[in-house]
Amino acid sequence: MNQFAPILPELIITIGAIVLMMVAAFGGRRSGGFTSWASVAVLIAATIALAGPPTHAGGIFGGLITADLFGSFGKVIVFLASAVAIIAAHGWFERDTEHSAEYSVLILFSALGGAVMVSASSLVTLYVGLELQSLSAYVLASYRRTDERSAEAGLKYFVLGALASGILLYGISLLYGFTGTMNFNGIAAAFAREGMSSLGLLFGLVFVLAGIAFKISAVPFHMWTPDVYEGAPTPVTAFFASAPKVAAVLLGTRICLDALEPATDAWRQIVIFAALASIFLGAVAAFGQTNIKRLLAYSSINNVGFALVGLAAGTPQGASSVLFYMAVYVVMTLGAFLCVLWMRDKDGHPVEDIAALSGLSQSRPGYAAAIAIFMFSLAGIPPLFGFWPKLLVFQAAVNSGLVALAVAAIVGTVVGAYYYLRIVKVMYFDERGEQQLGRVRQPVQGVLIFLSAVAVSPLGYLLIGPLQSITDRAAGSIF
Amino acid sequence: MTELPLLTLLIAIPLVAGLICLFVSANAARWIALIATLIDLALGAYLWAAFDPSGPQWQFVENVPLGGGISWALGIDGIALVLIMLSVFLMPICIGASWTAITKRVPEYMAAFLLMEALMLGVFAAQDLFLFYVFFEGGLIPMYLIIGIWGGAERIKASYKFFLYTLLGSVLMLIAMIYMALEAGTTSIPALMAHDFPVDVQKWLWLAFFASFAVKMPMWPVHTWLPDAHVQAPTAGSVILAGVLLKMGGYGFIRFSLPMFPEGSAMFVPFVFVLSGIAVVYTSLVALVQRDMKKLIAYSSVAHMAFVTFGLFAFNRQGIEGAMIVMLSHGLVSGALFLVVGVIYDRLHTREIEAYGGLANNMPGYALLFMLFTMASVGLPGTSGFVGEFLSLVGTYKVSSWAAIVATTGIILGAAYMLWLYWRICFGVARRPDAAEMPDLSMREWWLLGPIAAGVLWMGVYPESFLRPFRNDVGRLLERVERAAPAGDMALTKGKPQPQAEHHAPEAGH
Repeated sequence: MNQFAPILPELIITIGAIVLMMVAAFGGRRSGGFTSWASVAVLIAATIALAGPPTHAGGIFGGLITADLFGSFGKVIVFLASAVAIIAAHGWFERDTEHSAEYSVLILFSALGGAVMVSASSLVTLYVGLELQSLSAYVLASYRRTDERSAEAGLKYFVLGALASGILLYGISLLYGFTGTMNFNGIAAAFAREGMSSLGLLFGLVFVLAGIAFKISAVPFHMWTPDVYEGAPTPVTAFFASAPKVAAVLLGTRICLDALEPATDAWRQIVIFAALASIFLGAVAAFGQTNIKRLLAYSSINNVGFALVGLAAGTPQGASSVLFYMAVYVVMTLGAFLCVLWMRDKDGHPVEDIAALSGLSQSRPGYAAAIAIFMFSLAGIPPLFGFWPKLLVFQAAVNSGLVALAVAAIVGTVVGAYYYLRIVKVMYFDERGEQQLGRVRQPVQGVLIFLSAVAVSPLGYLLIGPLQSITDRAAGSIF
Repeated sequence: MTELPLLTLLIAIPLVAGLICLFVSANAARWIALIATLIDLALGAYLWAAFDPSGPQWQFVENVPLGGGISWALGIDGIALVLIMLSVFLMPICIGASWTAITKRVPEYMAAFLLMEALMLGVFAAQDLFLFYVFFEGGLIPMYLIIGIWGGAERIKASYKFFLYTLLGSVLMLIAMIYMALEAGTTSIPALMAHDFPVDVQKWLWLAFFASFAVKMPMWPVHTWLPDAHVQAPTAGSVILAGVLLKMGGYGFIRFSLPMFPEGSAMFVPFVFVLSGIAVVYTSLVALVQRDMKKLIAYSSVAHMAFVTFGLFAFNRQGIEGAMIVMLSHGLVSGALFLVVGVIYDRLHTREIEAYGGLANNMPGYALLFMLFTMASVGLPGTSGFVGEFLSLVGTYKVSSWAAIVATTGIILGAAYMLWLYWRICFGVARRPDAAEMPDLSMREWWLLGPIAAGVLWMGVYPESFLRPFRNDVGRLLERVERAAPAGDMALTKGKPQPQAEHHAPEAGH
């Protein structure tokens, strides 16, 4: 029984998801509201259950899973982001989709996969978690099956995702073949023993990292991101940009710093390349975008690049900065996507054209101010809170002697600032266009937007102390 | 300390007032903004009175750690004090200048200005490296909005240029700051001012800071954002841009570059002098051919700021004190000149010099004040401009006579473009009938320009009031940079040796 105490949150979600699936199957459309709120309750219960053994039990099930603070930190973000993604769908699917009830169930399974990913300490659990998460995500992407774009997004995501999984699996098989173990500690020991002399190990490492790079949509494995983000229903996009991304980044962090720690020199160059390429491509490619979801897709590529700068440091400080970065990133991104969700025309149809925002500051000042706060924060302009995690990753990089990387990355923030400014410009400088946004009555979402805007406002600086001490301890738990 | 956290209050008042402004009507927003800035002015005056020039270096110190390597650390020395005074003095004037000129989206405008004030004051009061950066960069957001929403026809390009240019300059400084915090193990600015960085590192750090401050200042050749921003910004925006924002560059040099990297600074003295020399001559010539009044004054700002860099990098008391006075004086004078332009722009809605002429006939009061500010800009003795420029030239001359000669041509050229501007606008006869019918200054405009005129004369006649607060701080700065001060090129030759001196010479060897 003791072995099950540390996975209590996962158990809660599994059982909850299965029960709710039955409810959805037999309750039909009417159960949509109930399953949605029940799923949120399940996720919150799972978050609360993280306190205690799930946070400090250490390796369980023969080292398949590690219950530590690092994993718990990731799970808090994944669970809460999933809950927000469920709430984000309120008022979205009821109108024109049949099976709205299953949406929240799929999110639950995806969150479960994410939870397994962040605490995996064996290649097998890693793969199982990743696939559970991804398969749910494929379905979610094409959730609006009558919509061509949504179906295309799902198909594209599935085909490319399957390819990435194949690459990852091939890498895992190489690592297993050359080390004889699936366990992270065992792999680390093998790397320490053999060094980088073994070509097989090196290939395994590269393939595993490539598979993960796909999941976190780092350049050069980012191609699916803009299309999928654009095509998927907006609440699903909000989910993709938050929970699975955090889970994958944390998974990558754990692999690099735990299993591949002795091979830091080998993976560091890959991570540095991916970081800089993501930052610059994410910034430059967003210039010409007119669709706000595509723009935010590039923004998420850009942001992952910055998180990778912290990972490249390869130190506890670096890991801590990655955790800090992802925590703040999720708040900013979810806030921004909730605002995008509110972009509806007078009849309530979703609008994704940036031009629809013109003159928003005059018609809806509060709404425009919230978007402006998220944009400036995503751009990392002080005094908004989005600046601080960027500072932390740069600090970690400089501390590890990667000054050139930090300089290049920080120049990337200036390039990226341009397109975030463009949104502010459209809202504040341009005159009102003929296309006007209608009002959306979703008080819960309104509260969430307000809370996230406050969190990334300068008031967020008050959180630095507590958050930093948690991320420091969480990062310490994988070293 | 149980006393009132005055500096926090100074920053918080405009912030809170700005928030309130967003929720009230246009007229209420105007009054709230005016009252808030006047309260800040009163607080600033109290700080000036309570500041003890012979007391400890840092006064009104506050420190609340926020954890994670940043703390809400505030405190001012004399240098920061006078710049804070300048800011709080100009702010009510800016609000007054926008009273009737701004008619659309007034509450947001006032909120942006008050936010701007809070961030500017924060820059001068911050004692934590990263807190300084947050304030320093944060100022970009309200200024971006002010130029972009309430600016002229080309406002969007100008706002982008302003934002991205200054951001690019600043981010390199951030990397240098991260390195410094790491190397010195502290983010406290006073502690860093006493920290000796390795000499070979200093030059890189110096360059990173220079990138930021040179853009902000602005120095040639990275000044090109300034004319655009000035021309497009509303009058009050130009005043605050020229009056205070440009001073952040100079303040940065005094607060960071010189005391933290004395050797690095010394190494780059020729570089700074060359850039400043080009700025003085080149931008003055460019100013001569401008047809837009605001652009002319913008270019003159670049030339005047070159006196600041000349003075600062002279490494001597006259130079640094002169640079400080030039900054204060330029803050008042260029602010006033932009207001003067704004006065006639409000009446005729053009900034073309061609459109005006003969204003002395129908606007005598206006011509009088314009004359005073023109003279102050030229550097006529008795005005603030003279004191600052003279001191900084003396300081420069001690180090390099060539630099001083080049700098002096700037004064001559300055006289040329300013007097010519004045002549074209105020003398002769009106070129357009509507220009001849413009009414003289209104009561409100007298209230805006009068205090600045008084300040300009006060600083010109009795600069001691302004020098005293920071005299000791300049002394401390000099002690710090003395070891790196570049040798002058004056090549002093000894007088004829006296017999007595010869007698003692052998003893000196022992």
